[in-house]
Amino acid sequence: MIYFDNAATSLPKPPAVGEAILQALNTFGGPGRGGHPAALAAGRTIFKARMAVAKLLGSAPERTVFTSNATESLNIAISGLLTPADHVITTALDHNSVLRPLYRLRDRGMGLSIIGIDANGNLNYDDFAGVLQPNTKAVVCTHASNLIGTVIDLSFVSDFCKKNGLLMITDASQTAGVFPIDADALGIDVLCFTGHKGLMGPQGTGGFCVREGLSIKPLKVGGSGIHSFSETHPSEIPDRLEAGTANAHGIAGLLAGVEYILEQGVDTIREKECALAELFRSGIAEIPGVRIYGDPNVSHAPIVTLNIGTVDSAEVGAHLADDYGICVRTGAHCVPLAHIGLGTKEQGSVRFSFSSFNTQEEVRIALRAIAEIAAELH
Amino acid sequence: MERKKQAKLVITFHTTTEAMHMEAVCDPALGRLIPVPREISAGCGLAWGADPNDEAAVLKVMTENKIVYQEKKNVMLY
Repeated sequence: MIYFDNAATSLPKPPAVGEAILQALNTFGGPGRGGHPAALAAGRTIFKARMAVAKLLGSAPERTVFTSNATESLNIAISGLLTPADHVITTALDHNSVLRPLYRLRDRGMGLSIIGIDANGNLNYDDFAGVLQPNTKAVVCTHASNLIGTVIDLSFVSDFCKKNGLLMITDASQTAGVFPIDADALGIDVLCFTGHKGLMGPQGTGGFCVREGLSIKPLKVGGSGIHSFSETHPSEIPDRLEAGTANAHGIAGLLAGVEYILEQGVDTIREKECALAELFRSGIAEIPGVRIYGDPNVSHAPIVTLNIGTVDSAEVGAHLADDYGICVRTGAHCVPLAHIGLGTKEQGSVRFSFSSFNTQEEVRIALRAIAEIAAELH
Repeated sequence: MERKKQAKLVITFHTTTEAMHMEAVCDPALGRLIPVPREISAGCGLAWGADPNDEAAVLKVMTENKIVYQEKKNVMLY
């Protein structure tokens, strides 16, 4: 099997990740639920994970909250900071994990403006100023497109938010662990991340880093391990936003993944992944019938999305899997507006996303496969 | 052998995270994490238990690491 679906979830993980999860499973008690050795073992690992993530993403451990994934993080940020009386700006590159929580508020009266993209998938930055309203409260957007990899200029978004007194809520699902991000330096109010993509951790982990002094209303309340006789949930983060028993087993794996990235270096990982993506992109550009989406001249995550003629992307994906053992994602990728903007709503597209564990030989095999499929189907 | 209670400096925190932070930065010679004694709070949670004579050293570690305590009290514990 050749795996090119790392934008969905990274595979394989560094060996230390699985080892850490198994060890946690066999030794951890309930984190924050007692002072005995087994509970403290879990609690210590979670704190170490907060420190490692905060170091990687430019925040502080006390402001690093763990959730089950970026979708939960975005739901907490959006429902905890925004109201139907507000107006919010997002983009056509954004994932349903951003769009659907915003649509739900929009359906209750919140104003929503969606910045469009051009034919190459580049954001129309000039449109931001024109959509500002007196009640604009936030810009909620991705750091990089999960479809075409295009990286959004966070300095632009940060400057725009600071100039206009807006909250900046950023979805780093495709960039955490691959691109350098300094949340505090950029003034990001809430930086949402997932644990199981670039951070190399297990599924069921994720979180967000909060700007100092920002108060977010919790999405869920319940057991907290402290102040049991209070009828109200704790008021301080991260506990305030982590009701219930933490996924300490998973967070142990996330810690191992983040430690691997800190050891290897984000730049080293990105250079390798982007080199593989470029090797693939330049190869398929020569194959008749192949159309590539996105602008290769702008900064982008290691993702290459294509179609072969007018062939249904699902058929191409099925051939790649069945005949060549190559795993890619086809269809709509949970980004409806990007597909509409690129004209691929009906056809979908075939997405290759690379990790530092992929090899040049695997890319060459994929190039031969695409050439053969294009010759057969197109 | 009968256990006797001894004076302990008990420091509580606003969050479990701050308690774990304290353990990560404080020399084990200056104390350890203990369950919060009932006479300090009716809730549950973790506290830092230390020798009362080490109070100044413990507070210095907390100040240097920007760890804020919720309550600080000398308590007789086994």
